[in-house]
Amino acid sequence: MVLAQGIVSLFTFYFFYKVLTIKPHQEPDSYSENDKESDRQ
Amino acid sequence: MSVKVDSWGSRVGLILAMAGNAVGLGNFLRFPVQAVQNGGGAFIIPYLICFLVMGIPLLFIEWSTGRYGGKFGNHSTPYILDTMSKGRIWKYVGVFGIFTNIAVAAYYCYIESWTISYVYHSIVGTFNGLSQGAVADFFNNYIDIGTSTTGIPYEAVIFYIACIILNTYILSKGLGGIEKVAKIGMPLLILFGVVLAVKGLTLGTSGASDLFPNANAWDGLNFLWTPQFDSLTNPKVWLAAAGQIFFTLSVGMGTIHCYAAYVKPKDDIALNAVSAGFMNEFVEVVLGSLIVIPIAAGYLGLDWVIQNAGFGMAFQTMPYLFQQWGGVLAVFAGVLWFGLLFFAGITSSLAMGTPWMGFMQDEFSWSKNKSAWSFGALILAMGLPTVIFYKQGLFDQYDYWAGTVSLVVFAFLETILFSYIFGIKKGWIEITSGADIKVPGFYKYIILIITPALLGWVLVSSIPDWIDKVKDTDTNNKEWFAENYYAENFEASGAKAGTVDEVKDDYILLSFENQKKVFDKASGKVDIVPFIDHKIYKFDLSKNQKTIVNIGDTVAPKDKIATGDFTNDTFYKFLGRMLLLSLFLFISIIVAIAYRKRTKEERIKL
Repeated sequence: MVLAQGIVSLFTFYFFYKVLTIKPHQEPDSYSENDKESDRQ
Repeated sequence: MSVKVDSWGSRVGLILAMAGNAVGLGNFLRFPVQAVQNGGGAFIIPYLICFLVMGIPLLFIEWSTGRYGGKFGNHSTPYILDTMSKGRIWKYVGVFGIFTNIAVAAYYCYIESWTISYVYHSIVGTFNGLSQGAVADFFNNYIDIGTSTTGIPYEAVIFYIACIILNTYILSKGLGGIEKVAKIGMPLLILFGVVLAVKGLTLGTSGASDLFPNANAWDGLNFLWTPQFDSLTNPKVWLAAAGQIFFTLSVGMGTIHCYAAYVKPKDDIALNAVSAGFMNEFVEVVLGSLIVIPIAAGYLGLDWVIQNAGFGMAFQTMPYLFQQWGGVLAVFAGVLWFGLLFFAGITSSLAMGTPWMGFMQDEFSWSKNKSAWSFGALILAMGLPTVIFYKQGLFDQYDYWAGTVSLVVFAFLETILFSYIFGIKKGWIEITSGADIKVPGFYKYIILIITPALLGWVLVSSIPDWIDKVKDTDTNNKEWFAENYYAENFEASGAKAGTVDEVKDDYILLSFENQKKVFDKASGKVDIVPFIDHKIYKFDLSKNQKTIVNIGDTVAPKDKIATGDFTNDTFYKFLGRMLLLSLFLFISIIVAIAYRKRTKEERIKL
């Protein structure tokens, strides 16, 4: 259990750290990129 | 196509809201109890395996499905699922994603209202000097709505309505309101949890008393941390682990789809999903296991915990234990504990409002205000019977059918849709599109084979239990209205009989041989020990109810023990099932009306 708690804590902090540090995606800068939307089935 | 009217303010806000949706009362109450009942430390092994092969895949499926539906302006499951398949029937499967939330919110807000009430009672010192039995009685009086503990008539109902109004008001502010609550509530919840967990870790033997001289918090921690490896071969333990993963992550509800539908089409969902999922696991595995069990073991001993571990500990036992800390510290601990449960509850109940609101805004162009207040009215109408007939088992029917069965059915169907109808190829593109982490390729095969198989197993295994519930096999008093009352089973098998120790016209005390689990420190094993247990029946003289047994009589299950006018719990349980069925049909009709509206407006291709 202690090992499980350690692993879970490690992954939680790692993923949340990534969320905080990853730069936001650039907005689409062309019409062609916007057109990649897939159609409904 | 409807206009997107709302969006998340920040990524952190979204993750905290999503984690808040998952973190609920079960993290602190259900998980430790499940661990105690299913092999202590060994429970974590099937639990984590189920998290990796069922929990994470379901999070990926629901996040990506939600974002996909959002591209077409759909923010709740009926039309999110509809956009994923050619068959038009899937929108009715999506009804589960609104139904579950309204039904669960209806009774969940009642528990949430207890936490508000208990914060109040902790502050004013209601529990000061009360014995363990008196604290438990306080709870029983509280849920008996005719009794008032504060002088306010129908106090439980008033707190319940206040809780619904609070939820509805926040929901009427849209995603911004939810995000604000998550940003305040989640850090506070973790802070409160850490403070209580430190107390759980440092309590040691200081809570031992004359009544419980062997009480030791470390026994509770050791029991949770020592693996009982033989339990790993027991399928019931695996089923319990799969069930816990299910409920803790709030998958199969429709709330994740709804929140994810407001994510921008090019934004990440993979990292968001694992980040929110692991945050929930941190609260559950790390904080959840360090509070209730060690503190209860520290004052009452491990044997008491093994025997009595259950949901009721939160309200019936913890206030008494906090009193042992004395004075200001007791008030402080009560506020932290019930405040923690309140934040865990409200961040989940707010999420339950969004699928209905999203649907009404998408399909009927309702405003945030109108959709929020209509949600409040719906849960009040559905929830009042659970408040009034709580003791008759109506509450449990909601919890079972909406809070358990419905989730498994919906999750199984949505996984089949995602993997085999929408197609894993397209599904995988949806999961990895815009991803800020590399999702391991083997997850494609887990989603395709293992997750549906595991869900199918959970679903099929639970079918006999559904039948038992509908047949009311848990009682020997099956008639709705009866003139006789029969003794219930003394234990699960129904083979044992009891002896009448005390009897009055309206009261019977029976004793019978029972077994309890006791943890043997030396061997590290749980032993089964026989003991004399008691069962009490109380009757109502005003309804001509009168006992017909004598002291020394042997009473077997199904023996007649009283006569008079009885309205048995089976009546209220049936009422609960019918209310749930009506709600499901009501939402299905609204979905059908929305479909006709779409056809008329030629929006049907969306």
